[in-house]
Amino acid sequence: MSKSTSPITQFYNCRILRDHKLVEDYLYVQDGKIIDPAKMFWEENRVPDVRIDCKGGIVSPGYIDVQLNGAYGFDFSNDTEIIQEAVDNVSKGLLLQGCTAYCPTTVSSRPDVYRKVLPYLGPREGSLENGAAILGAHVEGPFISPLKKGAHEEATLRTAKNGLADFDECYGLDNLRKNVAYVTMAPEVEGIMDSIPELIEATGINISSGHSNASTAQANEAHKKGAKMVTHLFNAMAAFHQRDPGIIGLLGASESRPFYGIICDGIHVHPHSVMIAYYAHPTGACLVTDAMSAQCLPEGYYKLGKMDVDVHNGHVYIKGTNTIAGSIATLAQCVRNFIKFTGASKVEALENATLHPAQMLGIAERKGTLQFGADADVLVLDDNLNVERIFVGGNEVTEDNVKFHHKVQKEVAAN
Amino acid sequence: RINEFKPTRKRPFVMGLPTGSTPVEVYWHLVDFYKQGILSFKNVITFSMDEYVGLPRSHPESYCSFMYRHLYDHIDLKPENIYMLDGNAEDLAAECQRYEECIKEVGGIELFLGGIGPDGHIAFNEPGSSLESVTRVKTLAYETVLANARFFGGDVNKVPKLALTVGVGTVRAAREVLLIITGAHKAVALAKCIEEGVNHMWTVSVVQLHPSAMVVCDEDATLELHVKTVRYFKSIEQVQEQLIGRQNIGLKGSISKLSSANANHQPDAPPPAAEKQIADDNDESSDESSEEEDSKTASSTAAPPAGSRSNEHGVRSNGALTSAATAGNPF
Repeated sequence: MSKSTSPITQFYNCRILRDHKLVEDYLYVQDGKIIDPAKMFWEENRVPDVRIDCKGGIVSPGYIDVQLNGAYGFDFSNDTEIIQEAVDNVSKGLLLQGCTAYCPTTVSSRPDVYRKVLPYLGPREGSLENGAAILGAHVEGPFISPLKKGAHEEATLRTAKNGLADFDECYGLDNLRKNVAYVTMAPEVEGIMDSIPELIEATGINISSGHSNASTAQANEAHKKGAKMVTHLFNAMAAFHQRDPGIIGLLGASESRPFYGIICDGIHVHPHSVMIAYYAHPTGACLVTDAMSAQCLPEGYYKLGKMDVDVHNGHVYIKGTNTIAGSIATLAQCVRNFIKFTGASKVEALENATLHPAQMLGIAERKGTLQFGADADVLVLDDNLNVERIFVGGNEVTEDNVKFHHKVQKEVAAN
Repeated sequence: RINEFKPTRKRPFVMGLPTGSTPVEVYWHLVDFYKQGILSFKNVITFSMDEYVGLPRSHPESYCSFMYRHLYDHIDLKPENIYMLDGNAEDLAAECQRYEECIKEVGGIELFLGGIGPDGHIAFNEPGSSLESVTRVKTLAYETVLANARFFGGDVNKVPKLALTVGVGTVRAAREVLLIITGAHKAVALAKCIEEGVNHMWTVSVVQLHPSAMVVCDEDATLELHVKTVRYFKSIEQVQEQLIGRQNIGLKGSISKLSSANANHQPDAPPPAAEKQIADDNDESSDESSEEEDSKTASSTAAPPAGSRSNEHGVRSNGALTSAATAGNPF
């Protein structure tokens, strides 16, 4: 067994999220991973070299956001010419919020955009230099329903009547294999349903149902075929009807139920709806921000994809309409809101932002967890779940050692 | 005892340590003392009394895991100062031999902390163990296996049947033995070991032969003792506090500076009637300590307790009790 002489860090005076509970215990980190201290103690006679006093706080895995279109003025679908700069700065900004891993999300776009940006949105380790870890892109559309396009540009939407070939033509299958974590599609759109198992087999990506008018029967079939996630539950899908609850109805399935993203900014989904959905299927809830480029920017006018949007009073609308164009809540805020809306426990709220997204992506042995061997992406939180300290790969993140900038904005006319 | 000993690297304080539910609380307090800065373990050496055979060290029920979880992970005890029996050694007999040699090398055990099994065993020295035994492999008694099943999901089949254990002789060889015995389920064993003869069927009974042994127990553990026995041990402690003053009694029970004890008796305490026959936990019974005066004077480090007796009961300069003291005999 190789012996590492790297320093061992011990977090003490804290409650750790472990086995679905908060336990008073120590957390040990070495070489960017969470380690089994007993092993180090007995086999190598090691005691901690660095001790971090958490002052009675809660120690949680870092947050994971699987739906984020941009932030700090940057947008992954629109800033194609400066995509590297966008990724670098957003990753660092997110890290400073306590989000230690994320899926950069692209809205429905034309094939040339995917060719340009996907290579930059592929998996990348989190660190002080890189910022938050990138878990692969979330390509939301263009294989979605025009009836539920939300803020997506209709001209980009398409069907998959040629099956896999259409996906190849749009994204490039190699891009899907290498750079994409999951894709949002509408299963009722032509050619999509049968493509689900083919896509999974050819590329290994995860499939999510969303921006869809699917009936319950269609939603069930998609789920059976391998669509294990639902994109922003309640938004851009058929409303709940008692005899045909659509995609939402999947949360009431008696056998297996999918994961589901849910936006807890209090705007996209009414707090009561969050509560109903959560208690229908608590272990599937994934808190997402669906943040757009205006996140963490002051009020004003910005671009999302190719659309102009209006940010005021914490709301983001397509300019001149009442259509919500995305959110600007941070994931840390969503976690706190979630508890307010549902009365759920801190453990449940934290798992919705860590464990469940990691499980959905199939990476729960190394992300979203504090078990031995996991990446040491750690948050120290107070009892109101305010983020106090952030660690990525075992290194503490501060404004002094992670520097980034907002995108320089061109003035957009108010009318 | 550790602080009184003032251990150094060249003269460390060597302890024998047990596992079980009673020691968990003791260790909790030790950890607390360490966290408060009152106690350091950096010059303490520990020997654990026993370990299961065949259980991987990483198993949550191994005694290594127990000690790490409850004590070692929380204090400044150095890993190289920790001695554990290796239940997975190729040659178990050689391992036991090695352990005894390690104890000798560090100069023997200063204080052996232990408990008692429901069948009166110390460590895994089950009934029938030789009272002169050394560290060796033992087959566990059925009662012990049953008692331990609760840590293995209630399944007796999962409990290891063999263990390495220090011998009764190993414990006796320690310079001081301290047993903590609490709970009604230990009452029969305590009675057998204290009131009856030294017997290999109740191996803890060897404390009767140890020059410096103390048993700390709670009221429940005394349930099977004769009333006379319980009263006697309680009275020793009360006499000591009342007449001599706790500050003049060393940790090992020896009395120093008797003459100053008469003069410096604590007057500012509530009258004895106020605190009597207390039925609380952690009542201490001193065993044999007052009969064995150590030849070395033990300096007293205990601070005067808040509830010292008043000197309404007079004490003459020669230490004898006045009739006032014996008259209103509170016992």
